[in-house]
Amino acid sequence: MENVVTKNEMEIVYKKPKTITDTPMHYCPGCGHGVVHKILMEVIDELGIQDQTIGIAPVGCAVFAYDYMNIDMQEAAHGRASAVATGVRRVLPDKYVFSYQGDGDLAAIGTGETIHTVNRGENILMLFINNGIYGMTGGQMAPTSLIGMKTTTSPYGRDAAQVGNPIKITELIAQLPGAYYVTRQAVHTTQAVRKLKKAIETSFKYQKEKKGTCFIEVVSNCPSGWKMTPVEANVWLEKNMFPVYPLGDIKSPK
Amino acid sequence: MDMAIENGKEMRLMKGNEALAEAAFRAGMKAYFGYPITPQSEILEYLAFHAPEHPDVVVLQAESELAAINMVYGASGAGARVMTSSSSPGISLMQEGLSYMTSAHLPALIVNVQRGGPGLGTIQPSQSDYFQAVKGGGHGDYHLLVLAPASVQEMVDFVFEGFRLSEKYRNPVMILADGALGQMMEKVVLPPAGTLPKADVSWASTGKPAARERNIITSLFIQPEKMEMINLGLQEKYKKMESEIRYELIECNDAEIVLVAFGLTARICQKVIELGREKGIKIGLVRPITLFPFPYDILNRMADSVEAFLAVEMNAGQMLEDVRLAVNGKKPVHFYGRTGGMIPSPEEVLRKVGAIIERVLV
Ligand SMILES: Cc1ncc(C[n+]2csc(CCOP(=O)(O)OP(=O)(O)O)c2C)c(N)n1
Repeated sequence: MENVVTKNEMEIVYKKPKTITDTPMHYCPGCGHGVVHKILMEVIDELGIQDQTIGIAPVGCAVFAYDYMNIDMQEAAHGRASAVATGVRRVLPDKYVFSYQGDGDLAAIGTGETIHTVNRGENILMLFINNGIYGMTGGQMAPTSLIGMKTTTSPYGRDAAQVGNPIKITELIAQLPGAYYVTRQAVHTTQAVRKLKKAIETSFKYQKEKKGTCFIEVVSNCPSGWKMTPVEANVWLEKNMFPVYPLGDIKSPK
Repeated sequence: MDMAIENGKEMRLMKGNEALAEAAFRAGMKAYFGYPITPQSEILEYLAFHAPEHPDVVVLQAESELAAINMVYGASGAGARVMTSSSSPGISLMQEGLSYMTSAHLPALIVNVQRGGPGLGTIQPSQSDYFQAVKGGGHGDYHLLVLAPASVQEMVDFVFEGFRLSEKYRNPVMILADGALGQMMEKVVLPPAGTLPKADVSWASTGKPAARERNIITSLFIQPEKMEMINLGLQEKYKKMESEIRYELIECNDAEIVLVAFGLTARICQKVIELGREKGIKIGLVRPITLFPFPYDILNRMADSVEAFLAVEMNAGQMLEDVRLAVNGKKPVHFYGRTGGMIPSPEEVLRKVGAIIERVLV
């Protein structure tokens, strides 16, 4: 019972959901991945769908997601999470299926799968963690890195003339008829976390109703890759990421 | 489509690709993911056309072979009997996925109706993906179990065998055919549906009930000690697969020179035997049916009694290397091959036999 916080001897005010394992997370201090994992698993626990949910982990920092999420999972090749999710979805039409991917995974190497999965309106939740960098491989430029952003492979700052502008894949896929609910959220404040939780709940509700693809981008951070403290990273994110990636619903059913 | 019932068996005249597709339905395939490419598009076309008769079977045209093989990964990981098919360039695109699948112990049936390469090459038949098929193909120490059909009938039979073996070993199985086998029409006996038992898929990720541990499908084992254990397990599995070795011996008893050929070239070599024996040359044929695991032993034993071997392939000499390993220097191993989509004629193979005999037998 070490994960139980009590106000007094009797009243439990917070309890770790059974959908989260006891494995200590490997994420860096301040990283958004851990928060998204927790919120996602909270929702699955609260909806009581642990036994009906299959998650797809990406290649990226969240590659070990299945060590922390106490549900059946598959670990996909880099960029192919939504194709793997399609395979699961098609043979288990009544289960809950989600994919979880970073920006390199979803918006660079896996762009083709991303677009076609949404275009088919696969009845899954696609969770997209945009931290503007390749975290796992040590801070290289991502398709979502901001103009001027210094990374190990754009040491003089991202130059649009050389490598193009940050790709707004979420706006792009929102154009497709298969996309039913598309929203951009964050996890840098408790208020933002609550909104993300709502978006995840909404997505699973739509999935149950077989409405098509729900797509949630989470504008996240990477204190290690950005070479900032967690607090600095969250301040920087508000100032620099949100103007390019504004929060809110991009497509929501009438 | 011509159809006849003979001795209670359903017999049809069918194209190899279509026969294979029909066999997949009958073998209880639950999902197919693929992308069009000549000379195998009839597989997807046939499945798509007949899909309404099989409402519980998923037939999906993917956006690429990359997507297709990863859909196969997902469906297999979710416990479904699943197949994909392609031809050489598309199979190249699938290699990363196949490597992942072997490490994650996922069964699936992969069909390669080969065409001539390298590059975009030609749409004509070839056997030049032998190395890729039997030596691993993608990254890491792994193998597919590879079956080489030599007739439309075997295109059908190996679908059942392929699913069965892939589920038995939890490893992808490849049917290595070629454009001619895919396109040619022959008489086939179609086995009835429902004869292949369902496999145990208690390991699959289908949603975790409270009473069992999570089922995780992964190929990631970051500690080298763990990864080595996975590799040792795979090697043990490949060793066990040796009990599945299959080959056909044709007129080998008195043979002085033995041809070694698989698939379509084995058919051609049967004609070579006929022509050769008319001229009094004692030719035999070893037809490897499993290309991995390869029938090394029989070739090695045979090397004690025959004068020479001739590997005949539609490539520049790939299975040849395995024949040499098998014969291990006991006797000369010659080679005759055509590449780029060219099919050797029985006459040109026989001329090669003649040239060898002059050197070896006279
Ligand atoms: C085919 C392939 N190419 C490259 C890699 C190396 N790689 C692993 S993770 C990664 C980038 C991950 O970045 P992102 O998707 O943004 O996720 P993050 O780590 O930032 O969460 C790359 C390039 C790989 N594993 N496989």
